[in-house]
Amino acid sequence: MQADKIIDCVGLYCPMPIVKTAQAIKDLSPGQVLEVLADDVGIKSDMPAWAKKTGNEVLGIEEASGEIKVYVRKGAA
Amino acid sequence: MADQESMTIIVFSGDLDKGLAAFNLANTGASMGMKVDMFFTFWGLSVIERGGLERGSKSPMQYMMGLMNRGGAERRKLSKMNMGGMGTRTMKGLMQRYRMPSLSESIALAKEQGVRFIACTTSMAIMGLEEKDFIDAVDEFAGAATYLGLATEAGVNLFI
Repeated sequence: MQADKIIDCVGLYCPMPIVKTAQAIKDLSPGQVLEVLADDVGIKSDMPAWAKKTGNEVLGIEEASGEIKVYVRKGAA
Repeated sequence: MADQESMTIIVFSGDLDKGLAAFNLANTGASMGMKVDMFFTFWGLSVIERGGLERGSKSPMQYMMGLMNRGGAERRKLSKMNMGGMGTRTMKGLMQRYRMPSLSESIALAKEQGVRFIACTTSMAIMGLEEKDFIDAVDEFAGAATYLGLATEAGVNLFI
């Protein structure tokens, strides 16, 4: 998946990946995609919960060799 | 009607671990777009104290209490396994190794994210603390009615 911006949260634990996602998505326009690279498995539940609350959308979660890639599309709001 | 988009946290404890839990939730809430108010009371005041040793207008008893329980985020101890400071040092070391923000860093992050800090004036009076004894991040000095006014409007209210 092609992302407009990538943030590296590998080695960071809750709540930092979410805090950094919230900060990073501010710089995007609605419809643009943010890729969050992480390794704390909590993100697989936390990111959808965050997205639902903030009007953004998790497009997909990919996992390979301990690394998790989450794609978030910025909502219209 | 409760506003699901806001949260209040009473920080009653001055323990490091409980302070970290409170700020973890405050920072997550703010990241989720919630309005977050933190009300610091009793031992919790020590989390947002500057931690100076000025006598100020404290009575001898209040001054002694202040010396025995010095304020400041960096001086908070674990509620369990402090072991004369050894446990707290170990925990701080582990947190650093796992790149977790310290209590001071969490406070700064909360401020950056617009979390509001309210210090309880009744507890301040008991402990002989004045407004200047607190970090600049404090937005308001107020009492229980202010807290309850916020809490009745919020969807999430925590006491830590």
